[in-house]
Amino acid sequence: MIDWQPLWLSLRLAILTTAILLLLGIPLARWLATRRRTWKAVIEAIISLPMVLPPSVLGFYLLLAFSPAAAPGRLLDHWLNIRLVFTFPGLVVASVIYSLPFMVNPLLAGFRSLPPHLREASRTLGKSDWTTLIHILLPNLRTALITGTVLCFAHTIGEFGVVMMIGGSIPGVTRVASVAIYDEVQSTHYPEANHYALALLALSFSILLLVYLINHRHNRSPL
Amino acid sequence: MNPAPRFPQASPGSPQPPAIPGFLHFQATKILHTASGKQLLDISFQLKKGSLLALYGPSGAGKTTILRILAGLTEPDTGYIKMDDELWLDTGHTSASLTIEQRRAATTRPSGAPIRSRSTMLPTQSRSIGFVFQDFALFPHMTVRQQLEFALPATADRQTIDELLEMMELQELQHRKPALLSGGQQQRTALARAIARRPALLLLDEPLSAVDDEMRFKLQDFIGKAHRFYGLTTILVSHYLPEIFRLSDEVIVLENGKTQRQGPPTRVFLEEKISSKFRTTGEIVDIRPADIVYIISILSANSIVKVIATAAERTGLHVGQKVMIASKAFNPMIMPIT
Repeated sequence: MIDWQPLWLSLRLAILTTAILLLLGIPLARWLATRRRTWKAVIEAIISLPMVLPPSVLGFYLLLAFSPAAAPGRLLDHWLNIRLVFTFPGLVVASVIYSLPFMVNPLLAGFRSLPPHLREASRTLGKSDWTTLIHILLPNLRTALITGTVLCFAHTIGEFGVVMMIGGSIPGVTRVASVAIYDEVQSTHYPEANHYALALLALSFSILLLVYLINHRHNRSPL
Repeated sequence: MNPAPRFPQASPGSPQPPAIPGFLHFQATKILHTASGKQLLDISFQLKKGSLLALYGPSGAGKTTILRILAGLTEPDTGYIKMDDELWLDTGHTSASLTIEQRRAATTRPSGAPIRSRSTMLPTQSRSIGFVFQDFALFPHMTVRQQLEFALPATADRQTIDELLEMMELQELQHRKPALLSGGQQQRTALARAIARRPALLLLDEPLSAVDDEMRFKLQDFIGKAHRFYGLTTILVSHYLPEIFRLSDEVIVLENGKTQRQGPPTRVFLEEKISSKFRTTGEIVDIRPADIVYIISILSANSIVKVIATAAERTGLHVGQKVMIASKAFNPMIMPIT
């Protein structure tokens, strides 16, 4: 009998991570797109680092940073009573850092491609930056938003190295589907590993199919 | 006889500076980076309430920059803008090109108290303006009606939308998005959107450059109608003389970032040496010899006017030239516009 808990955990992690990244990525990309400054390139490079870094390297440093022996971990533990090592919140924080470029980069490209007159026209109509963002900029960034959301969701569902490092494999807490596959293979339980693998494959394909269908429909209808 | 200047000018000998009836006081300097290198924009002017000012000049003269500074979309190096009693911009160290009278009027309240004390830059969204961009800047995801609804302040009467749709003849198109509108329809939508919030100042950045002659003529009507109906104070950037003659009651000719001439269009563009019964402007489209005279065809508004000229009168005229046609008791004369 297949244990659905790792799949459910993966799904919860992906939904939470994507939601947080949307809230974080939109203002961050908006801010990065406003004025080009040399020091902003440094921030862009830091955000994009997880794209080129082996996940185990990122996971290793996060493990060190969040451990109660290190200053950040100790501060979190002492002041907020939060422990991020081998816990689900730890997985979420690590996933947010790991998937940040997959949300910020499409949105940044989207913001930069919008004609500046759109934002300016809204301001000349007396609208605040917030109203302009919600009513003018974001509706014209639909493709970038869909791309960012799907990439983050799929990336989180599939991540292994970072969650393994920071979360380990505690059933019901940090044992997500990708880790479960690894565990089952280690124990030579190939049929069980196959169940999880097939479920992830089906889920990933369905998400991508849905996105392409939406994009096809969107591109057919005139703006 | 020259008409009286619209705004009292500083005269060195006058003991008491006249009160300036300015509604808008504008002064700004900014280094412009043009195709021909760096150039200093240094402009100051005042405008009466309800008037329509045209900014005329070659591209790169700084016309659009002036509109953008007024709208708060571009920050000048130094500048001062007062709209009615509201201070929009004050960088605190305005240029010396402002006359003493202008400076006094711009920096004191009616009570005589100074209003400039520190640097001020009112953000765009806090200025009561309407702006029609050269490319219209319509929101691609909104229908014509939605654009107007978005522009209308929450407290405003919703009936304004139907009023504007009717005035701009957009009722039939109100549920269309910009991609399905022609250039002229987009222009009318942009104009209606800019007027919806009843701005104190309407800024039009060459709004008619993307439409053909016939449409331009019609759209000028819409601009004139809206300007009068809503009692707007309007600044129009244009390089099309007939439009300026038709719409504006004040024109500033800009060259290399400086004011070349300023005044009513007839005074600015036409030499006041004839007393004519009728006058209009146009562009020469054809010059054809006929026996001992020449027949000169002039495109005025959207019709062709044929005028006979002698060989002497024909000298100095060429196809494409902008001219004034004046009639002195049934005897039309043609002369170049300076």
